[in-house]
Amino acid sequence: MKSDCEKVAAIVIKYGGNHDSLISILQDIQSEYHFLPEDALRAVASQLDLPLIQVYGVATFFKAFSLKQRGEHMVSVCLGTACHVRRAPAVLDEVKRQLGIEPGETTEDMRFSLETVNCLGACALGPILVVDGKYHGQMSPGKIKKALRKGKRNPEG
Amino acid sequence: MVELTIDGVRTIALEGTTVLEAATEMGIIIPTLCYHPALSPYGACRVCIVEVVKGNRSSLEASCTLPVEDGQVILTNSEKVRKTRELIVELLLASCPNSKTLQDMAANMGINKVRFKIKDRGCILCGLCVRYCKEQMKSGGIGFIGRGTSRRVATAFDVTPEECRNCGGCEWICPVCERACTAGNLIDGVCGGCQNLIPVETCPVCTGCSESVGPQGHKVY
Repeated sequence: MKSDCEKVAAIVIKYGGNHDSLISILQDIQSEYHFLPEDALRAVASQLDLPLIQVYGVATFFKAFSLKQRGEHMVSVCLGTACHVRRAPAVLDEVKRQLGIEPGETTEDMRFSLETVNCLGACALGPILVVDGKYHGQMSPGKIKKALRKGKRNPEG
Repeated sequence: MVELTIDGVRTIALEGTTVLEAATEMGIIIPTLCYHPALSPYGACRVCIVEVVKGNRSSLEASCTLPVEDGQVILTNSEKVRKTRELIVELLLASCPNSKTLQDMAANMGINKVRFKIKDRGCILCGLCVRYCKEQMKSGGIGFIGRGTSRRVATAFDVTPEECRNCGGCEWICPVCERACTAGNLIDGVCGGCQNLIPVETCPVCTGCSESVGPQGHKVY
């Protein structure tokens, strides 16, 4: 996936080309492309006049940033202690089965990416499944299909 | 100017300097690893720890990043410092047993066993190469990536960066790459060989009275 240089440039200009805004810039690029493309990082480095390794170091430091291409919809399964005792592993197994991918992977049609998180801080709602930032609490293997339907264009597929 | 006491000797130091610099000025040798006079202090390896006495309490601080303060009382070679320093060197050796610099340091401190499980990572993350590249070559071709246990020194996207001039400074300054320990088999993580075979450089600032260098004699770490 090629990134649009103008979009990246616009994001950098929005933050005044300031070194301190590097994380904010990367966050904006990530929400634009769902991941951080290599040429976008190169463009940011040259526009901010920073060594590429500094941008790359920040991008690899935070777990929120991904350098691998990710799908349109982000699916996160909480495996924190509270969710775990409420059978989050069963929820994860069901999500893996329905999407046909392992955590950290993306479906072939680039629609879904699956990841596990360690705690979302909403333990009372556990087990939690997050689809595109929307929290689905008290999840059970039976409810997953409905929660994922939003991201699927043809629900039966 | 600030007045401080290092190993029981009152001394004055310029404001803004570090305890390590003040001690070196006095001829007290504090072993260092990630410190280099031409690079900014980093405080990564913790080998240069000293004891800072405050009343009845004391704390251990890395002297390379500790600014001098008025009335500071510093001990550079107390029992607590020695024991902790040995532990630190053992930990560093456990992650990098093939570094001659580290093996020499261990031999000088009288370490004869590494108590930790040896996991050779080939890097102690001292940051010397990163700082050399950034500060001396003004290049910034290499840096740290990842974090925690997966933190390592690398180039962006694992390709040789445009900034790199192939100066080789990163290898030259590395305590692991440049001075590799050639001992074939390590016993308990230490080789302990070279220090006994090859005479080491004598200390350049030796005043002949410093206790900091320990009973092994005046040696450069």
